[in-house]
Amino acid sequence: MTAPASQKIRVLIAKPGLDGHDRGAKVVARALRDGGCEVIYTGIRQTPQMIAEAALQEDVDVVGLSILSGAHLELFPRVVEELKKRGVEDVILFCGGIIPEEDTRTLEELGFKAIFRPGTNTQDIVKFVYEHANK
Amino acid sequence: MHDLIQRFLNGERRALARIISRVESESPEGRDYVRALFPHSGKAHTVGITGSAGSGKSTLTGALAAEYRKRGKTVGIVAVDPSSPYSHGAILGDRIRMQDLALDEGVYMRSMANRGALGGLAPTLDGVVSVMDAFGFDYVLIETVGAGQDEVEIAGTALTTIVVNNPGTGDDIQAMKAGIIEIADILVVNKADHPGADVLVSQLQGLLSLAPAGTRRPPIVKTTALKAEGVDKLADAIDEHREFLKASGTLEDERAADARHQVLSMARSILLERIRESTPAAELDALVRRVAARDIDPYSAAEELASAVSHG
Repeated sequence: MTAPASQKIRVLIAKPGLDGHDRGAKVVARALRDGGCEVIYTGIRQTPQMIAEAALQEDVDVVGLSILSGAHLELFPRVVEELKKRGVEDVILFCGGIIPEEDTRTLEELGFKAIFRPGTNTQDIVKFVYEHANK
Repeated sequence: MHDLIQRFLNGERRALARIISRVESESPEGRDYVRALFPHSGKAHTVGITGSAGSGKSTLTGALAAEYRKRGKTVGIVAVDPSSPYSHGAILGDRIRMQDLALDEGVYMRSMANRGALGGLAPTLDGVVSVMDAFGFDYVLIETVGAGQDEVEIAGTALTTIVVNNPGTGDDIQAMKAGIIEIADILVVNKADHPGADVLVSQLQGLLSLAPAGTRRPPIVKTTALKAEGVDKLADAIDEHREFLKASGTLEDERAADARHQVLSMARSILLERIRESTPAAELDALVRRVAARDIDPYSAAEELASAVSHG
């Protein structure tokens, strides 16, 4: 499942907020790499502005946010807002981490196309990216 | 296309980001963007930063960009990381070392995968650099893939080439070998707070003293990029090199040499593309199998492929 060189899917994997647990984000980044994507990995402790700015500069097709701190309802809307502010409105958003079922609707309304919780098969994430990035 | 170029010329960063993606896709459209913007380029000073994996290239690039910002200059950065030879995917992690610049309006940073190209660069790097140059940055910094002994292509892309060395990575015979060390306009000893830094500096000095008389000897600059130490001296050394190029009249030669490198590498990829287009996959497969079976030698096979294009 690899795209030809000229049509690489570019994905930003970022961790907003203050929790330092980046194992999940790294596993996802690695799976996407092995799936043939070009993954821009920015590491932990990213502010919503930094994530939006990286998405703009790197012209990514997909943004994946990983969070385990429980602050997703605080931080994710701000990421979406910062993306909008910069005119980056056509990226595919997904997220993963410790996110309660009851927040699913709110996040979907914000524009998140998928939420991947613990136990997800990484191949499902790769499949999701290829289905939605439209390349 | 016209609209995007207009937005680009108005200084819109999103237009720059979009155009770089088009150029990177190696499509005819991408080439048209390079064509349209090339007349606007040629003003930035391009600086290549190379060295082995883990030598501190990204951290140094970030620190250098921060130093230029202090001096009121704007900076474009292109950082190349390797693509997987198997999946063709990549992890581009250079932004991690440049977090302090993340929200600086005077800095634009772009990660590129090398997409299988050799020499520590990416196939469309020259096009991307000229687009960044055309955007109006004062400096464009190009960080290569971790390079070993022989990845010298960066010298054909940048006006000033910096080779980053670290203490404790080999004796002076390593440095005496031909290759990457020869392309340095400036030699950096990074991680200068580690033991052995001064030994490395004197080994490099010893090596440079063996150069023929009358040739320019690259300065050696000690840096500890993580603490931003010595980075001001590096910025000075780059400006001195730029002045040297201007004063000695070699700037034109350097630009011509870079252009020669660019034109030849683009011609190579155009020819290769035409060969691929004119040769059906099945035919190519049959040909390489004949080579593998020793029915035909690889030179003759390659000539056969090439002649299909030159006569067609």
